[in-house]
Amino acid sequence: MTVKIGIPRSLLFYYYYPLWKTFFEGLGAEVTVTGPSTKAVLEEGLGLCVDEACLPVKVAFGHVAALRGKVDFIFVPRLVSVFPREYICPKFLGFPDMVRSCVGGLPGLIDININLYRREKDLYRQLREAASPFCRNPLRIAAAFGEALAEHRRFTERLEAGMLPDDAFGDREVAGGKPGGENWTVALVGHPYNIYDSFINLNIIKRIREARMNVVTADNVPGPVVDRYAGTLSKRLFWTLGRRMVGSAYYFMDNPAIDGIIHVASFACGPDSMTGELIQRRARRTGTPFLSLTLDEHAGEAGIVTRIEAFLDMVAMKSELSTLS
Amino acid sequence: MKVTFPHMGNLWICLEAMLEYLGVETVVPPPSTKKTLSLGSKHAPEFACMPLKLNLGNFMEASDLGADTILMAGGCGPCRFGYYAQVEYEILCDLGYRYSLVVMEPPERHISEFLARIRQITGNRSWLEVIRGIKFGYQKARAVDGLEMTAMRLRPREIDPGSTDAALSAALEEIAGARRPEDLPPAIGRAREIMGGVPVEDRPVIRVGLVGEIYTVLEPFANLEIEKKLGRLGVEVDRSIYLSEWINDHLFMGLIRGMRSSSLYKKSASPYLRHFVGGHGLETMGGAVYYNSLGYDGVIQILPFTCMPEIVAQSILPGFSRDTGMPVITLISDEQSGDAGLQTRIEAFVDLLAEKKRRKEWSA
Repeated sequence: MTVKIGIPRSLLFYYYYPLWKTFFEGLGAEVTVTGPSTKAVLEEGLGLCVDEACLPVKVAFGHVAALRGKVDFIFVPRLVSVFPREYICPKFLGFPDMVRSCVGGLPGLIDININLYRREKDLYRQLREAASPFCRNPLRIAAAFGEALAEHRRFTERLEAGMLPDDAFGDREVAGGKPGGENWTVALVGHPYNIYDSFINLNIIKRIREARMNVVTADNVPGPVVDRYAGTLSKRLFWTLGRRMVGSAYYFMDNPAIDGIIHVASFACGPDSMTGELIQRRARRTGTPFLSLTLDEHAGEAGIVTRIEAFLDMVAMKSELSTLS
Repeated sequence: MKVTFPHMGNLWICLEAMLEYLGVETVVPPPSTKKTLSLGSKHAPEFACMPLKLNLGNFMEASDLGADTILMAGGCGPCRFGYYAQVEYEILCDLGYRYSLVVMEPPERHISEFLARIRQITGNRSWLEVIRGIKFGYQKARAVDGLEMTAMRLRPREIDPGSTDAALSAALEEIAGARRPEDLPPAIGRAREIMGGVPVEDRPVIRVGLVGEIYTVLEPFANLEIEKKLGRLGVEVDRSIYLSEWINDHLFMGLIRGMRSSSLYKKSASPYLRHFVGGHGLETMGGAVYYNSLGYDGVIQILPFTCMPEIVAQSILPGFSRDTGMPVITLISDEQSGDAGLQTRIEAFVDLLAEKKRRKEWSA
């Protein structure tokens, strides 16, 4: 019988889904993903999670709960570090323990540690552990791992070519996510689970596109560029996601093709309180149009929409003025 | 060069001792007050945790006293404290403060980086002197912690309310006043004598373990003097973390034996939390289990609003409480915290603990 593995559509799903899916499928498992976030998912999460957690974690709880009774294992890796000498936010380090303690009636959890703090090569050993509950054939694991890495590389290349994860997941080689065509380009900077989950961010990408503007995100910026700009910080930032956000935001401010930056943060997000501050201060010094949006479970659509619209109007006006002068 | 540093409880006593021993001119910021916090909150990011806001306020107030160099600790994550110094510095720059910043970071490439940073503060003094200075500071930390432990034992048993706190501040003054290492042992003797003079009586007390984020546990202004409040309610408090233990764990790599260290908490936490989560999340979880094993009556977790590692622990503590029957309460502190709110909540909690204890004694 094939083993069913459930992957919650939350947190770093937006970066590693192709890798995880290819790996588990290569081992003969069936992979189920939860559907897009909805109000019901959020409400389920709110009931299970402590109030102080951030919105994406609450949503993630809802996704995990939605997999109960549907799969044999839920894949909730403990994402300690995905790059040497860097970390993910502390809540990711404790996520499996939080889930185990707060969500009842769970099937088996595959909660391996993904910790590449020392070296990237550790990934193989760690994923091998993820396979251990249902597959112990080393050849098969090695083959699946190779395929998974190749798929991850393809995915990353697609992102750097300008696609957004939702388009890049599919096999659509030429998708509509590529910038170009519109007059203005807005950079969307934020954690992937905030900017790519259209329920969490009240459909911000669609709204910007509807205003006839292009959207680029931090993930469209090639790694070396991020490194170069993040390297200007007085101290190396130890959060992988935060470092990517700051590096790309600094690059966007330097890039005349970008007309404005929208920073999306969740309420009470720890890393964002620091990196957002750095970005905002630099934006103010460089005079880049900048909007900071804070999201939580009480965010009202009208309030957010008004602010986005006002910002987009301002961006359009500013760049028209500068072409006139 | 006039060096200042942020407040965290009685940390200033050992830092001042260390720096002055080395002949470095030191400006101790005025004690943290509401004004410090409003100054900090006004300019800090809204969702930064409270220690950052208080640090910022401390630096702004110290600047008025002539400080021009900040001595800060660093870190390499994932707790945001590791980036405090840099963000605080950016904010101070934008506000027009002219500070130079020296951050004691774990070295990225080579130990020489770390030594060079120490040199920035100490100048040309020999390494032997530097080590002596650190030792002097550490001895003061031990002395201060000893006094605080005594105070926590005395408070619920004192006959005249407030006498312990009066004695404690007098005793701390003795320690702070010792200028040279050779003055310290007699000062400790005098301080102990002061504490010994507090009249007490033998009464039954409730024992509570205080766990949580280090800054809110150690800084009375940040936790609204919770230790004093609990003491007056007849509670004997123990903290999961003391300054000298922290120094031993982080600066001396646990070299000094016979002290409680973070490895103890790591072991106790393992049924509930199996990985470090930055900050003191693991210590909080482990501390709760540890106090349960010692037969304490309750555990209080205290954290600054938005503290990520503590939120992980906070999520897991209810499960621990269910499993063991250990009462746990989480208190969150930020610039909106009010004294009366805290008082009410801990009174209710202590009432519950007392009731539970009484029932246990009856049924026994």
